[in-house]
Amino acid sequence: MDRRDWVYGWLLVLPAMVFLGLFTHLPAITTIWNSFFSTPRGRRPKLFVGLENYQRLLDDPVFWKVMVNNLWFALGTIPLSIALALIMALSVQRAFAGRALVRMAYFTPTVLPLIAVANIWLFFYTPGFGLIDQITGVFGLGQSNLLGSPDTALVAVMVVTVWKEAGFFMIFYLAALQTIPPQLSEAAKIEGASAGTVFWRITFPLLMPTTLFVSINAVINSFRMVDHIFVLTGGGPDNASSLLLFYIYETSFRFWDTAYGATLTVVMLALLGLLAIGQFLIFDKKVHYK
Amino acid sequence: MNKPGLPITLRGITKAWPGAVALDDVHLTMPAGQFSAILGPSGCGKSTLLRMIAGLETPSHGKIFIDDRDVTALPADQRGLSFVFQSYALFPHLSVAENIVFGLRTRRVARAERTQRLAEVAQLLGLGPYLDRKPAQLSGGQQQRVALGRAIIAKRAICLMDEPLSNLDAKLRQTMRGELRALQQQLGFTMVYVTHDQVEAITMADQVVLMNAGRVEQVAAPDVLYLKPQTVFAARFIGTPAMNILPAAALGALGQGLEQAAGRGLAVGLRPEALVQLPQSPVVLSCTHAEYLGADALAHGHIGGHPVVMRVAGADMPRPGAQLPLGFAPQDLHLFDFATEHRTEVAGLSGIFLRAGMPTAKPTGAVASPFKPKDD
Repeated sequence: MDRRDWVYGWLLVLPAMVFLGLFTHLPAITTIWNSFFSTPRGRRPKLFVGLENYQRLLDDPVFWKVMVNNLWFALGTIPLSIALALIMALSVQRAFAGRALVRMAYFTPTVLPLIAVANIWLFFYTPGFGLIDQITGVFGLGQSNLLGSPDTALVAVMVVTVWKEAGFFMIFYLAALQTIPPQLSEAAKIEGASAGTVFWRITFPLLMPTTLFVSINAVINSFRMVDHIFVLTGGGPDNASSLLLFYIYETSFRFWDTAYGATLTVVMLALLGLLAIGQFLIFDKKVHYK
Repeated sequence: MNKPGLPITLRGITKAWPGAVALDDVHLTMPAGQFSAILGPSGCGKSTLLRMIAGLETPSHGKIFIDDRDVTALPADQRGLSFVFQSYALFPHLSVAENIVFGLRTRRVARAERTQRLAEVAQLLGLGPYLDRKPAQLSGGQQQRVALGRAIIAKRAICLMDEPLSNLDAKLRQTMRGELRALQQQLGFTMVYVTHDQVEAITMADQVVLMNAGRVEQVAAPDVLYLKPQTVFAARFIGTPAMNILPAAALGALGQGLEQAAGRGLAVGLRPEALVQLPQSPVVLSCTHAEYLGADALAHGHIGGHPVVMRVAGADMPRPGAQLPLGFAPQDLHLFDFATEHRTEVAGLSGIFLRAGMPTAKPTGAVASPFKPKDD
């Protein structure tokens, strides 16, 4: 390759490199850098404190609380929303009257703005005159405060998340189902396979790349969850529904403890990176790519 | 190694959707242990018919019998047949071995027997070295064999194939034609083979079912289909290049004589290979151009304003503009009712030729048949 081609090549990738560097790599490095310093306050400049922020993190009960919350949140929402997405995709794949309408209904939660979704559910959950209490009231059951009690707040947020994510993941499954030739299940049927066998031996294995993609997205989303919590619970009561990213937001932009916020962010980045790599390694052996 | 094949009988099979009829009152028998080819242009309903025999679609009317057992309402897996798809429909995530024994596994055949039968089939089809590969790692011809393996391992009495060779290149197709035919004869199952390629149907089948627009045009052995086509459609579909069909009047005095003898309007059919140059003939081909094919050449031109193709030896290709007096043997002349397009026979052909001043050529039909002689 001659020299001019070399310059030409770099010029082509330059715009992408500039933006990626400015808005992704540089902030990431700054965050890691800041996590080794104290938070500057007033006239007191930031000081190098080594691993002190990380030590604080290990001793921080709220950090452990949100980590455990996040773990339950991930365990509760990911398998459920993926399973629901697959069931919904399979149910609207066949031709029937009103199929477009049902597909749209399944997908609507994803299209709605997050804040609107959270507000709709806020209305469902409102103690006394919310939809849920009105229905339970008909049967003479007492009032509930699902979002206000520490035992149920996180579960109530999880329900909203499953409701929203399942429709989104369904789209990926629907697209993947279209690429599986119908002859495969016909061939299996002629060979005596029941509908269950066709699903578990043919359809499900062929959907594995989609399941991998969707589950990685779901994991990342479960750690990026912040907007529902703003509207629904504000992380409360007593951090019962607070998740890692929400805690990072509160630390950095409400308490302005930017150094500790940076430390929490580094932990989150490391965690997400490890999860993604781990998933690829585990799934890779089981996934058939065409 | 196989059970003998079972016969399939279709009675009054009709498939109609609102506004469209795919199959119209089809009556048909596929004899036990024979190779039946369903031949027709695309959209004639041949694949739909095959899918109904398989149980992948249900007829609107009519009944399907396999060995006198009414299977019309039976699901596909209880009809005791196997199916080879045009796309092969191999399971891409399973190895060759798993693909082949898929049906045995779903039917809970014991592992020892599965292994033994897999070995037999792999041996028969030469798939031994590939058993651990995935379908994507195989060539088209090898994938085809895997699909065949999956079809024959269960030793069913009937095997249905939907254009199984159409994804292969021409050379491989020719090899596979021979292998398929040999396999069917060796294992003795009843084969129903759908194709749009007349060469496949003619070379492999015991019986050709020619279909057109949802109807059966003619059911006959390949040579009978070529020598005695029952309709204009059959006449033009079988044989390459297609038979020339002209109104009888284009042949002048001979045409008039034929129509008088038949007492109605006629269309005459003449195969390009039945035409010979005959100096005294009143029927003249005005040659417009010629196609050189090597051993043969095709002379294109007109007789009485109607396009006609004639096969000549490659060495004596006519020049464009040449006027070629043509003759043919009375045996090589096909006559069709002009209105119904059905075959009709006229007695005393040689007399009619004589009275019309038409010299007769030696019959060429048998010699001109481009198909190999039947092997049984």
